[in-house]
Amino acid sequence: MTISDPAYDAEEARRARNRRIEAVARWALPLAVVMLTLWGWNWFSNSSQTRGMIFPEPAKVWARFVTDQGMLFASLLVTLKITFMALGIAIVGGVLLAILFTQSRFAELVFFPYAVVLQVTPIVSIAPLIFIYVQDPLARVLICAWIVAFFPILSNTTLGLKSTDSNLRDLYAIYGATWWQKLLFLQLPSAAPYFLGGLRIAGGLALIGAIVAEYVAGISGSGSGLAFRILEASYRLNYPRMFAALIMIAVVGVIIFAATTFISWFFLRKWHESALSRDQ
Amino acid sequence: MTDLSNRPIVSLGQRPKLLEMAGISKVFNGTVTALDGMNLTLNEGDFLSLLGPSGCGKSTALRLIAGLMRPTTGRILWTGAHDRGDIGVVFQEPTLMPWATVAKNVWLPFRLRGQSFASVKERIATALELVGLEKFHDAYPRELSGGMKMRVSIARAFVTDPRLILMDEPFAALDEITRQKLNNDLLALKDKIGCTVIFVTHSVFESVFLSDRIVVMAARPGRVVQEIAIDAPYPRDMEFRTSSAYAAHTHVVSDALRVAIGDQTHDHL
Repeated sequence: MTISDPAYDAEEARRARNRRIEAVARWALPLAVVMLTLWGWNWFSNSSQTRGMIFPEPAKVWARFVTDQGMLFASLLVTLKITFMALGIAIVGGVLLAILFTQSRFAELVFFPYAVVLQVTPIVSIAPLIFIYVQDPLARVLICAWIVAFFPILSNTTLGLKSTDSNLRDLYAIYGATWWQKLLFLQLPSAAPYFLGGLRIAGGLALIGAIVAEYVAGISGSGSGLAFRILEASYRLNYPRMFAALIMIAVVGVIIFAATTFISWFFLRKWHESALSRDQ
Repeated sequence: MTDLSNRPIVSLGQRPKLLEMAGISKVFNGTVTALDGMNLTLNEGDFLSLLGPSGCGKSTALRLIAGLMRPTTGRILWTGAHDRGDIGVVFQEPTLMPWATVAKNVWLPFRLRGQSFASVKERIATALELVGLEKFHDAYPRELSGGMKMRVSIARAFVTDPRLILMDEPFAALDEITRQKLNNDLLALKDKIGCTVIFVTHSVFESVFLSDRIVVMAARPGRVVQEIAIDAPYPRDMEFRTSSAYAAHTHVVSDALRVAIGDQTHDHL
């Protein structure tokens, strides 16, 4: 492409070229790396006879996935159900607690330490206790996933509710706004970017919580989610199925992250810095 | 009523009283006297500036009038019934809600009174037209310049036709050119709707250009030291800004301010 316009200088031409390269590379590079990974995996599996037994090549994993898809997708549904129920309860509980914390300094002083304790204690160490005290198979797994997911929602929303502009608070007071008006029209919109940031973390954590809970529940048969399938397949030395279930979990995690990122962008796209493109 | 009321400007001595601050003191924490024995009578149609150095209590006086705090001693007496919707406020920052469009921001004082957007649509449009932003009805604050945001803030303050508008150094953060333009536009606006304004400022030039009464305040403790009337007739424009009368007034006010600040340094010695 020749550039005849004298106003189009060398620097601008370079910038335009870089933009074109980036437009292609953005898709081509990640795709190339995925292909390379698959090729490397395939090569590694086939490099020795015994290795192929415990490290199946991609084609074998895919074949197993196709054969077992009915069972795997049924398990996926179980895991998804737990993930989204836990996330839902985490959202409702986290937001309500955050509102309580910002309304009463004392409530925060009293309850926040417990929230932190729940957060910092590894879920694998609490789960066995929960399974002793809670009998309902769905409830036990749900409690585990909820404990992991709710903290980012709570802490982010609390931070957001506290970061309302002090002049706007004064303005609302001068206009005689009620408690509800202040919460609905001022505090919740101010907290939205923080809450949505927390949601992106909590979405992934809810999945992790669900998986961990299934593992701990394990043989007790309280679920047949994807994690249980992995455990079961490992006992049966069915390595292709382990890989297939693992990849499904990873893909679900990526989809949850993409979905929460989209939700965040959708709600903030009109006004928040994080969702605006630079050239606007 | 879709139009903002059009009250004529009455000359200084004949205006009906709007509110009176009688012996107002405010002591913070039992030790810091922010305001000491302030007496002030505000009349309908006044454009009154509170002028003074930092710490002279001018913002405290504003917050007391706005009802955001209560005086330690003294009383603020409004003529007639006073409710919270009587006041419009403009802060130093535009203080707009970034998630709401310009029109929705201006709707806020109505919304908090429970009035739907549709029912006050025309009043919002009129207010935006008066500040020259009718084309930015659906824009978000981030799309506006600093001066335009301040115009939205001003539109929000007077859209309900409040009895009193409080302005706390509204143009202090703007560049000089924008500031002068907004000064001119504010006077044109006041000329159209005849509102009552208390304007807090650091600037002698701004206070002389805008107000018909200037209350000079001193710090430590915050108090009123002098009141100066600026009797130049409205409308005031660029011609007034360059006139000898304007120069003479700024001279008088500067002297008063120097005395006020001198008092303060004297206190320190």
